[in-house]
Amino acid sequence: MLRIIRLTKKFDSYTVLEDVSLEVNDGEFVCIVGPSGCGKTTLLRMAAGLDFPTKGELFLDDRRIDGVNKECGFVFQEYVLFPWRTVKGNIEFGPEVKGVPVEERERISQHYIDLVGLKGFENHYPHELSGGMKQRVGIARAYANNPKLLLMDEPFGALDAQTRNLMQGELLRIWEEEHISALFVTHSVDEAVYLADRVVVLSANPGTIKEIFKIDLSRPRVRTSPEANALRDAILKSLGTEIKRAAERK
Amino acid sequence: MNNFRIEKFVGVGLLLIVWEIVARYKLLFFLGIIKMEGLAFPPTIPSVVEAFYQDVLDGTMTLSISYSIMHLLIGLIGAVLLGIPLGILTGWSKRAEYIIDPIIQVMRPIPPLAWIPIAIMIFGLTHQAAGFIIFIGAFFPVMVNTYSGVRGTDRKLVEMAKTLGANEMNLLTKVVLPYSMPMITSGVRISLGVGWMCVVAAEMFGVSKYGLGWKIPYYSNIFMYDHVFSYMLVLGLIGYGMDIIFKRFESWKLRWRETI
Repeated sequence: MLRIIRLTKKFDSYTVLEDVSLEVNDGEFVCIVGPSGCGKTTLLRMAAGLDFPTKGELFLDDRRIDGVNKECGFVFQEYVLFPWRTVKGNIEFGPEVKGVPVEERERISQHYIDLVGLKGFENHYPHELSGGMKQRVGIARAYANNPKLLLMDEPFGALDAQTRNLMQGELLRIWEEEHISALFVTHSVDEAVYLADRVVVLSANPGTIKEIFKIDLSRPRVRTSPEANALRDAILKSLGTEIKRAAERK
Repeated sequence: MNNFRIEKFVGVGLLLIVWEIVARYKLLFFLGIIKMEGLAFPPTIPSVVEAFYQDVLDGTMTLSISYSIMHLLIGLIGAVLLGIPLGILTGWSKRAEYIIDPIIQVMRPIPPLAWIPIAIMIFGLTHQAAGFIIFIGAFFPVMVNTYSGVRGTDRKLVEMAKTLGANEMNLLTKVVLPYSMPMITSGVRISLGVGWMCVVAAEMFGVSKYGLGWKIPYYSNIFMYDHVFSYMLVLGLIGYGMDIIFKRFESWKLRWRETI
């Protein structure tokens, strides 16, 4: 379980996040939406221990996050694959640096290569893959590190609409197989309603939690169901006022 | 090389024709550029071939090539062994950069020729002295390239590696070094070229009676320009050949790169 307790982040005098408290329960999928510049990415970076709060604390289970969080799996929009490593080499990076023996590593990477549907591409280099396949590698690499928490920063933001829908379905399939808590940042309300158990709307300047929507729809969800539409509508309204406010400030 | 193009020979052919005409009809003399009619300058192509043939027959060419390559290797290996670690160190640690960089910046503009007295004082007239001069020329490209490669490492990759559990040593060997490898390799390639260019400077002060860089000033002093040209051409062709071999190695080694 990830617990974010009264977290404030300032860069110099600029307050990015203010008094944010949030819990991500075990096996829960939480999406964060908000206008750009509301500190979504900063929040993820702090959960990964790559940035530190000015005030407040973060805990993963009962351990305080005060250095790089090696129990998280980070997935970036820009994939951030190691270009000199093959698909297999990328996925094995985590186990490798943690000293997992070779046979065990192979077993792990094979498992996740199969799971994300990259069979046959084990020995390809990242530049030989499409965007969707690169992100499959990114997700497999995160999972292979055996994380307690997945942190995803707009992982499908660079993909075309069709690939994006496909990958959302794939992600859910993988996530249902290996239930790991996930904190997922997105710009797309549609994506959030399709994926999440809860959707957190952040306000802008400074980023605070404005509203939390519970998505009580069973999976697999129908994107166009009346319930999904109603939720989407409510979230968009909540988000809309924030986006307008953010735009007016500029 | 599968990109054979007939055009590649046009320039070379034209150059050879112009050269031969200038040489055969002593145009430089008639144009008043050189004063002595008897001077065979430039030498004709057949006389250069003849000189080359003579040197190959009596073994001086082979010995000279071997000695020059030996001097090159001494200098280049030294440059790589010292340049890569120093480049990594200064690229990795700001403090190391503050300490080492001013020294490097002052030494870098000093041409290899200026180091000859020091080479002689330290090593005497030995092969190491010649290697040292080549080292001076070859050191800076590989070091500076390594530094830039390491310093330019994508921060996101480093952060990704950290969240995957990498420690400092892992970051260095599994992220920073592979990331910088293209820069380091091209640094070594530049060093190879610069080092080879330093062969004349390295051998002209007479560490041995053989060596492409010794033979050129030697024959020049006794006005045997056919031999001078023959050794210059060999110097150029070997340099070109080494570069081709290195490029092939490079593109094989770095095949993970996207290429245009």
